[in-house]
Amino acid sequence: MSTLPPTGLRFENIDKRYGGLFALRRVSLEISPGECVVLAGRNGSGKTTLLRIAARIVSPTAGKLSFPGAASDSSAGRPGYVAHTTMVYDELTAEENLILFAKLQDVPNPPVRAEELLREVGLYERRDSAVRTFSRGMRQRIAIARALIHRPSVLLFDEPATGLDPLGISWLARTLGEVNRAGCTVVMSLHGESEISALATRAVQLDAGAVVADTKSGAALRSILSFGGA
Amino acid sequence: MALLSNTATLLGKELRTEFRSRELLTTTSVFILIVLVLFSFATNPGTEEAREFAPGLLWLAILFASSLMFQSCFLREQVNDTLSSLRLAVSDPFAIFLAKLIANTLFLLLTEALMLPFFAIFYNITIWSQLPLLALVLLLGSFGIAVAGTAISAISAQARMRELLLPLLLLPLLTPVLVVSATVTGGLLDRQPVVQWKGIAFLGVFDLVFLTALWIFGQYFLEE
Repeated sequence: MSTLPPTGLRFENIDKRYGGLFALRRVSLEISPGECVVLAGRNGSGKTTLLRIAARIVSPTAGKLSFPGAASDSSAGRPGYVAHTTMVYDELTAEENLILFAKLQDVPNPPVRAEELLREVGLYERRDSAVRTFSRGMRQRIAIARALIHRPSVLLFDEPATGLDPLGISWLARTLGEVNRAGCTVVMSLHGESEISALATRAVQLDAGAVVADTKSGAALRSILSFGGA
Repeated sequence: MALLSNTATLLGKELRTEFRSRELLTTTSVFILIVLVLFSFATNPGTEEAREFAPGLLWLAILFASSLMFQSCFLREQVNDTLSSLRLAVSDPFAIFLAKLIANTLFLLLTEALMLPFFAIFYNITIWSQLPLLALVLLLGSFGIAVAGTAISAISAQARMRELLLPLLLLPLLTPVLVVSATVTGGLLDRQPVVQWKGIAFLGVFDLVFLTALWIFGQYFLEE
């Protein structure tokens, strides 16, 4: 799926402060190209902030973020990001939303790419419906389609299974597996074990904004994932 | 080139969403008409007094209507955090401003075009002979209001007291453009019309300075 040279992520001593509150403290992580990393931790541990910094939506207070191997002149070098909100326009139809974001990112032949993704996420029949008429699960599917529209080499997913039914979760696990096998680096925050967490090759646990565990080994990885961060 | 194509795409989105909902255009048109009707009762149409006050009232009505427009300009991007997805997608964040700025100017001009005949009737003022120059003043003045308003809208949308912050920042910033626009309009609508080129040049310079400032500092207004 990814047509670019694989891209990694490097966080160097990242701090993020909101007023006097530290959301992240001295976070240093090196994520290799093609890895599938799960961020685990309690609510408020800093997972979302770390993902938003990786997506370059939020600037760190201190520290440095880089994308080793990224083609800076191409839109595919920009990460694809799925947040808690859909990040699409409710007043536009599913197809209009995807075409809009495809055009903004110089995707060749936006209507064709939009149609391809609408079929992939199972929303083709509803392509002409305004997103505001969609159920929670359908909204999550269109959010995922938006993140995939420019064939990014890095995917950042913040609790991507939210609102998806078991079939949706299986579909997402399949899709993430495909893009990851194609060389795309995947970083996602998850709660608990699932078909999606089974894709993880590494788990990073955050607590109070700091990395407290980082493992690639099977047992320790499952232990972090099963903790999930209640 | 990327800036222009991104701006065109985003402008298309702005126009499509507005013409689909007609939210802003309906609200501002009705509001501006109500203001003009109410003010017309305060003066006797056709008198010198009405002619003297009318340009000021016209620009006051435009200011009120535009502040309604700017209130929702960036606020609607926060509903689904679409501002973040736009920032991720565009290569130059100025495209987001440029598209909103052009859309806001177009909406303002459309509202003014609807309002002008009513203004002429309510205040018994002949505007047709000076229409090209009046259109130029409305264009420059509206663009000035839109450029400052779009910037302030982006700043205030991220603030806690956003409803209060927008008029608080916008009104002082727009004072020069409103005073000059009203003065130049007054000259044009006088019984012996006078074209105040210095005022028109001032509006052009104001627009250019604020547009440059938005280009340089705009990206900081979008940061969380």
